[in-house]
Amino acid sequence: MSTAVGPVARGRGLAARRPLRMNATLAAGLGLLGALVLAAVFAPLLTSWDPIKQDLSRSLQDPGNGHLLGTDQLGRDVFARLLYGARTDLRVGALAVLFPFLIGGALGLVAGWRGGWFDLILMRIVDIVVAIPFFVLVIALVFVLGSGTRSIYIAITLVGWVAYARIVRGEVLVAKEQEYALAARASGLPTSRILLRHLLPNVVLQAFVFSMSDIVLSILAIVTLGYLGLGVPQPTPDWGSMIQEGQAFIFTKWYLAAVPGLAVVITGLALALIADGFVHRSERR
Amino acid sequence: MRYLAYVLRRLVATVPVLFGVSLIVFFMIHLVPGDPAKTLLGIRATPEAVAALQKSFGLDKPLWEQYLDFMGRLAHGDLGRSFFYNVDASELVLGRLPATLWLVVSGTVLALLISVPLAVLAASRRGSALDQAIRAVPLVGLGMPAFWVGIMLVLLFGLKLPLFPVSGFGDDVAGHLRSIVLPALTVALALTPILIRSLRTSMIAVLDSDYVVTARAKGLTHRRIILSHTLRNAAVSSVTVLGVNVAYLVGSTLVVERVFALPGIGTLMLDSIFNRDFAVVQAVTLVFAVMVVAINLMTDLAHAALDPRVELS
Repeated sequence: MSTAVGPVARGRGLAARRPLRMNATLAAGLGLLGALVLAAVFAPLLTSWDPIKQDLSRSLQDPGNGHLLGTDQLGRDVFARLLYGARTDLRVGALAVLFPFLIGGALGLVAGWRGGWFDLILMRIVDIVVAIPFFVLVIALVFVLGSGTRSIYIAITLVGWVAYARIVRGEVLVAKEQEYALAARASGLPTSRILLRHLLPNVVLQAFVFSMSDIVLSILAIVTLGYLGLGVPQPTPDWGSMIQEGQAFIFTKWYLAAVPGLAVVITGLALALIADGFVHRSERR
Repeated sequence: MRYLAYVLRRLVATVPVLFGVSLIVFFMIHLVPGDPAKTLLGIRATPEAVAALQKSFGLDKPLWEQYLDFMGRLAHGDLGRSFFYNVDASELVLGRLPATLWLVVSGTVLALLISVPLAVLAASRRGSALDQAIRAVPLVGLGMPAFWVGIMLVLLFGLKLPLFPVSGFGDDVAGHLRSIVLPALTVALALTPILIRSLRTSMIAVLDSDYVVTARAKGLTHRRIILSHTLRNAAVSSVTVLGVNVAYLVGSTLVVERVFALPGIGTLMLDSIFNRDFAVVQAVTLVFAVMVVAINLMTDLAHAALDPRVELS
């Protein structure tokens, strides 16, 4: 905990460190996300089917007969692929946001604090990156880097850091004029200590709230890449490739494409509720 | 005169952005691991094809010289040559651009037609059950993959309500119009959640402003206040919100074109990825970025024209 001049004026940093005070929206979001994560983690307990093993004698079976959601064209259990797909998409989606969060946040923190040429150049780079549509740039980068999880992380990081840099820089510009920041500076504390111990706890909340909707965007990107055949390599289950495979049977087995899409929608809803819950929480204080 | 100066200043401001975009697009090939020409063309590439790609991109020259060559070609409208189709990439892009522009324009119009009335309704009946229901749209809609929405529309309109074609672009204007309905609706549904959320917030700010309070105090009906006092502001807000989200809108057309087999630059880019046709991927990325910069510029100019409070000086 910070010792000398803590962020008492606005108190967001302190409040963020208080035990989580729930509201209905936040609770609903956390509950839904918790259920999804538990389903992904305990997938082997929820289904006995192997999500990868093919059995062509059982292809395209209707729901029932031991297969809760039927089987796909290669005879794989759809429910098992849905659960194991959650493991892939939730993990990659969350991790893909971590790097942009850290890199963009750090750059935004320094740019907002220092200003000058560093800030000027960084913001011009931000203007340039946001001019290229997110999906277009991510898809182009995954193409040049070669498909696979590593390329997805690199592509989303190269494109995604700009949003965090913008948000954190904007927050720092306000926070550095607050009394606690001025006092910290006047007391001669080293810059690194001011940034990390005094400013960061106060500016990180907005970036964190944004990261919830950014995970949605990142999962959408991963699912889209999977749908286009550029995502997580086969045979690893992934909701995007499930939708792509199900599309061929849309008029006969509509649920093959519909159900993985619904899983994405529910994940998006959970994260949006969490983000909204945090916003309501900070507005009420 | 002041407006003209503003237009010129905004035009000048796009130059460094376009310059930066050209740098990113140029450097894309240098992100390819290993020998770019070999990696891009794949393991079955002939040595002649690899040599031709290396020569075409000048990969043996110093980096600065490669960039100058690239910019020199761009200045002449040369976007490189497609190895797969053996034609100029610019020719391919121009041939495919109309379908994408149809999609962007019709998707935007539909998104506004859906979201503006809903946002106005939600803002004018703040706190009601209707407002709550409309506010739930973004929560559910933000996580919907655009291509999945498209597939669900294909299911609905292909099987249950065969009113519109579910693939292709038609042969004439009437055919284009009929074919664009479902792709445009898909793009609109991807954009609507974002628009509703932002527009509702800005409409609430308008409804709480002094001049609306005055209008209400003068005894004007709620309907009159909405129709004649706040809709212009709604238009201004729509333009601003559209400007902020234009990159998202343009990006979503990429995969929507694939779902509906629309012959736009999005499908061209995806086909070129699978054909390992780097020059076309590079050209389409550049064109998408230029499109975003141009639409951003247009929304800024429209905003300045609609709202006299915008600082023109």
